[in-house]
Amino acid sequence: MKHIKTLTKKTLKNTMAKGGCGECQTSCQSACKTSCTVGNQSCESQK
Amino acid sequence: MIHQYKSNGYNIVLDVNSGAVHVVDEVTYDVIALFEEKTKEEIIEALETTYAASEIEEAYEEVKTLKEEEQLFTEDIYEKYMTDFKNRKTVVKAMCLHIAHDCNLACRYCFAEEGEYHGRRALMSLEVGKKALDFLIENSGSRVNLEVDFFGGEPLMNWDVVKELVKYGRSREKECNKNFRFTLTTNGVLLNDEIMEFANKEMANVVMSLDGRPEVNDFNRPFRNGKGSYELIVPKFQELAKQREDMSYYVRGTFTREHLDFSEDVKHYADLGFKHMSIEPVVAPPEEPYALREEDIPKILEEYDKLAAEYIKRKKEGKGFNFFHFNIDLEQGPCVAKRLSGCGSGTEYLAVTPWGDFYPCHQFVGNEEFLMGNVYEGITRTDIQDEFKMCNVYAKPKCRECFARYYCSGGCAANAYNFHGNINDAYDIGCEMQRKRVECAIMIKAALSDYEEN
Repeated sequence: MKHIKTLTKKTLKNTMAKGGCGECQTSCQSACKTSCTVGNQSCESQK
Repeated sequence: MIHQYKSNGYNIVLDVNSGAVHVVDEVTYDVIALFEEKTKEEIIEALETTYAASEIEEAYEEVKTLKEEEQLFTEDIYEKYMTDFKNRKTVVKAMCLHIAHDCNLACRYCFAEEGEYHGRRALMSLEVGKKALDFLIENSGSRVNLEVDFFGGEPLMNWDVVKELVKYGRSREKECNKNFRFTLTTNGVLLNDEIMEFANKEMANVVMSLDGRPEVNDFNRPFRNGKGSYELIVPKFQELAKQREDMSYYVRGTFTREHLDFSEDVKHYADLGFKHMSIEPVVAPPEEPYALREEDIPKILEEYDKLAAEYIKRKKEGKGFNFFHFNIDLEQGPCVAKRLSGCGSGTEYLAVTPWGDFYPCHQFVGNEEFLMGNVYEGITRTDIQDEFKMCNVYAKPKCRECFARYYCSGGCAANAYNFHGNINDAYDIGCEMQRKRVECAIMIKAALSDYEEN
């Protein structure tokens, strides 16, 4: 494409099928302890 | 839903519901803003004083293609999925153990009130700690990874119990098919070689509390006699960080309205040699002099911009650092269930007081309204558990309109409660900051992608 550079394609919908295993880290056990942040966490099943 | 913004010379378009992220030129940026409301002809007419008609048409076709590929203007299709997901039986997978309600510092802004949480000074006994770990194992279903954070007050003031609890947890891992991930949050005052060695062997992550530049740290984090803590703790933190080069650690600070120029504090962490860091807005009742106010927001947002620019600059110079909130993985981040289901407080996550009481999280400790049970009787207030269980972005009207909901999961329930008396509300100043952090994090991806290509 000439006008658009895609940094990331759609990613969320596909995670509905196998998502939700819950093995990932609880958000407040990370560095913050005061603000809920999940976007920067990693998926345990993709490791 | 689309979120489009300009940052550091980049025109960024986020397709909120699919997770797709695009960097576009000026004409496309303007076309996208009109795309849903106007026809192609109307868009050309509206923009042709600024761009050539052929350019507008080209941009329009590209946008149309991406829409057909479900990478722009996608709908939110997750509400029913999430309702079903939240209705599932939950298990407990993480605990914040308040190993010591006591502290050797007297930080100005401490929500734990010098470690005492509106209550009395107390240390957790080994017996209570073991009961808590037993409860976690028994209530974690088939989850393998169990997280236990040693928190306080200052957990090193009860270090022998920490060590014994780690030993106890490890002794039960095999028979129960569990894997404990222990973490430690410390102010560093009592750190020594023995503690560092143990932490490096057993702790999956260590959070070191430091507020940045000497004058800021010592203003915020003095000893009870008023003397600053910087000089004592920084060399210890540097040593621990060096030893944990290949392991997880975070240097973590708090900024308040008394020192809003926090990008300088993050730079200071990097100058001290730390690689992984975070600085968090203070959580405080609005009447406190250090509490953040609405009028501070422009300055705070500017600081995040400055920090993002510095982050990129140092990365390009080969001196990059990891700032917790800019560390977004666009490709392999969490699944949509995780992103929308809230932080898990009160359901997957519990805080345990030194005497064994359960609260939804560390921020609620001491507020009797939220006392949920204890290590001896288990959860006795299932009504509180149920309320927290259904707390997710679809339960929060403000989140429905917000592009950042897939990154913050609806924000902090305790903050919402403190400001509005309702866990399903949102702490507006916190939301403004969160949105800015997400915008910066994505802009950084765009800038670094450019840099790598050239």
